[in-house]
Amino acid sequence: MQELLLIAVGSAFVNNVVLSQFLGICPFLGVSKNVKTAAGMGGAVVFVITIASFVTGLIYKFILGNPNIMGGELQYLNTIVFILVIAALVQFVEMFLKKAMPALYNALGVYLPLITTNCAVLGVALTNVQEGYDILTGVVNGFATAAGFLVSIVLMAGIREKTEHNDVPESFRGTPIVLVTAGLMAIAFFGFSGLI
Amino acid sequence: MSKCLERIYNGLVKENPTFVLMLGMCPTLAVTTSAVNGIGMGLSTTAVLIMSNMLISMLRKIIPDSVRMPAFIVVVASFVTIVDFLLEGFVPSLYDSLGLYIPLIVVNCIILGRAESYASKNPVLPSIFDGIGMGLGFTVGLTCIGIVRELIGAGQIFGMQVMPEFYEPLTIFILAPGAFFVLACLVALQNKVKNNYAKKEREVPQTAGCGEGCAACASRGICGGHMISDISVSFEVDQPEDTASNNGGTENKKEQEGV
Repeated sequence: MQELLLIAVGSAFVNNVVLSQFLGICPFLGVSKNVKTAAGMGGAVVFVITIASFVTGLIYKFILGNPNIMGGELQYLNTIVFILVIAALVQFVEMFLKKAMPALYNALGVYLPLITTNCAVLGVALTNVQEGYDILTGVVNGFATAAGFLVSIVLMAGIREKTEHNDVPESFRGTPIVLVTAGLMAIAFFGFSGLI
Repeated sequence: MSKCLERIYNGLVKENPTFVLMLGMCPTLAVTTSAVNGIGMGLSTTAVLIMSNMLISMLRKIIPDSVRMPAFIVVVASFVTIVDFLLEGFVPSLYDSLGLYIPLIVVNCIILGRAESYASKNPVLPSIFDGIGMGLGFTVGLTCIGIVRELIGAGQIFGMQVMPEFYEPLTIFILAPGAFFVLACLVALQNKVKNNYAKKEREVPQTAGCGEGCAACASRGICGGHMISDISVSFEVDQPEDTASNNGGTENKKEQEGV
């Protein structure tokens, strides 16, 4: 239990997926204009990454890493299988939500197709395999990583809402000032490295 | 032949993926802690880009339009796997320092973007040269950022000491925040150039990338052409996107062009 907690805190804050591993930079910069949409994107990412780490964990345990199938030599297919599974999964999740939970679908709907190209999803799936996590640990790691993404994108959106009308030097308007903000946030997140 | 050279010029200068299109930001920020890592990542990406452009261009008349994205992803992922194993076997030190970011070349928007916007529409030879040009442009971009960060953060270039003895390295530049600061300065510099162009009423070079909107973004086909920064708008209007997004990229693209 304690080990799981350590992994969760480690991937949510200490090795924050955006601010120290640079995964999912595109949505972090693109969808952080206001808190509401940022929270929507973050929620969708939490949802998809958690499911994706469960499904890829299952596939790895019972097919790719299974010593009874081809002597466990299928691991070279990890990248190809995972990216296809994630792409298909996103489509399925979208269809399922639309039928079964229209309310949730309306909240997350537009963000779901964008998540396939979020490298954090594939990154978490591959990390789980590389670190040799079992399925439960993998799911916890995935959920915590995504929670870290949610925290940082919502914080970023909050800061951007506050600083929107500030007098920024002309060349730094737009993307550059967002990047500087992200850099300062990354420094702040260094403070968590004493936690573990 | 001139068309091939034009593709290389286009990739290196006119549509440089790092500085002009601002694509593939994740590896750009993550692996540029030193110039060597930058070159390694750039060349790995170039290799994948050339091979995938070649194969996709060869198969462009065979792959049905409706399943082209999954097909492209499989092609790209196969080459990434090959490069992954080659690096692990022959350059283990580089493999260790690039780590997770090699398999993540699969989701690099440059590669799928070029496949979608160039290789799937053009003959084999120009596609190969397009891959070479774009790949070299990306390599140059990563190496430049790597050199800046290594110089300020460690006082070295390619591992050789260049700064004088009394220089105290600013370690933060090879840590995570430094990546954001260096990129911010580069984009600001580019904005300054663009502003100057605009003042002199010359043609302003187009930039794209997810931070800047999808108008000229090469990977529009993948993200369905939703302009990410405009999502808040479409979110409230509740457009008929809901039905379109299930039918794959083609529908969306038509819709987008119609708008």
